[in-house]
Amino acid sequence: MGAQLRVYRRRMRSVKATKKITKAMELISASRIIKAQQRVNASSPYANELTQAVTAVATFSKVDHPLTTASESPRRAAVLIIAADRGMAGAYSNAAIKEGDLAIASLKDRGITADAYLVGRKAVNYYKFRNRAIAGSWTGFSDNPQFTHAREVSAALITAFLAEAESADELHIIYTQFKSMITQTPVTNQVLPLQTEAAPEGLLPQYEFEPDASEVLNALLPRYVEARVFNAMLQSAASEHAARRRAMKSATDNADELIKSLTRLANAARQAEITQEISEIVGGADALASASAGSE
Amino acid sequence: MASANLTVEVVSPEKRVWSGEATMVSARTLEGDIGILPDHAPLLGVLVDGTVSIKASDGSTHDFQMSGGFISVSKNRVSVLGESA
Repeated sequence: MGAQLRVYRRRMRSVKATKKITKAMELISASRIIKAQQRVNASSPYANELTQAVTAVATFSKVDHPLTTASESPRRAAVLIIAADRGMAGAYSNAAIKEGDLAIASLKDRGITADAYLVGRKAVNYYKFRNRAIAGSWTGFSDNPQFTHAREVSAALITAFLAEAESADELHIIYTQFKSMITQTPVTNQVLPLQTEAAPEGLLPQYEFEPDASEVLNALLPRYVEARVFNAMLQSAASEHAARRRAMKSATDNADELIKSLTRLANAARQAEITQEISEIVGGADALASASAGSE
Repeated sequence: MASANLTVEVVSPEKRVWSGEATMVSARTLEGDIGILPDHAPLLGVLVDGTVSIKASDGSTHDFQMSGGFISVSKNRVSVLGESA
């Protein structure tokens, strides 16, 4: 077998092996999206009820709580960026990190120092490589977050918020919103201080509080932050799987293309080799014939 | 006249644990045990560790062990939020 042909065959083997891997990853992600999506949906009743309750308390009580009152001159903000642990998901992690950079830049314009809290190895590596300060980081659960993880992260954020010195005045979460199988967009959400929207769908009922409004708010707000963080993590996980599925699908398609063109090249090389062999034989026979004709 | 039943939902962060019609819900808040019957005034309460029991309208009783959480009541809708063990 000719050298050229052998090179083509070797490259084809390697592309085929890669294609098997990307195809497998595509199928795995495809099956996990559905599960991740179901988890987002399953967690939304809790998040909705909590949001409603928090809005109700914040609207009706005139209680001053560090978690609801906006500081007159905010100086620090905690920014939670949720990215992936692993790559192979196209621009997913990068898009979230870039959105985080934008958010931090706009905070800086307002004269606010941002502390970065990172979820996902990709975000942590990005910050470490650029020697940026990291206030807190968590890795290892980006594709399947549990509520305990959300609680761990929110505990750190709330501690930063309630700290005596250099406490954070704002809390922003940057995550990737899962809109549909094909659309996922990185978004920045301000979680604290609470932005009380105008009461949705008519007036909220005049609640009685047990034991009293400030106690309820005290207990409610940490849970609210947890629920928001958890929801952001779940949506990010679903988006990660969707992004990975898409990236792996185009990698598989690409491998198909490559195999096709390599097959053509290999065929051409094989034919060229045969043609060459034939002409060598014919040439050799001719030379032999003319040599024997000359000797007679 | 409001309906004579409560629409109850028990939700945890991970999923909806139970939902259905009930005639009575009792829970333990910071202030003590409370029972909620239809047409209860709107209420938001902090739960302490204990049992939330729901008398469903089909006569069965459902008990949930809660570790903290909230109960919110408005217009015959009761939501119990928390982590049920």
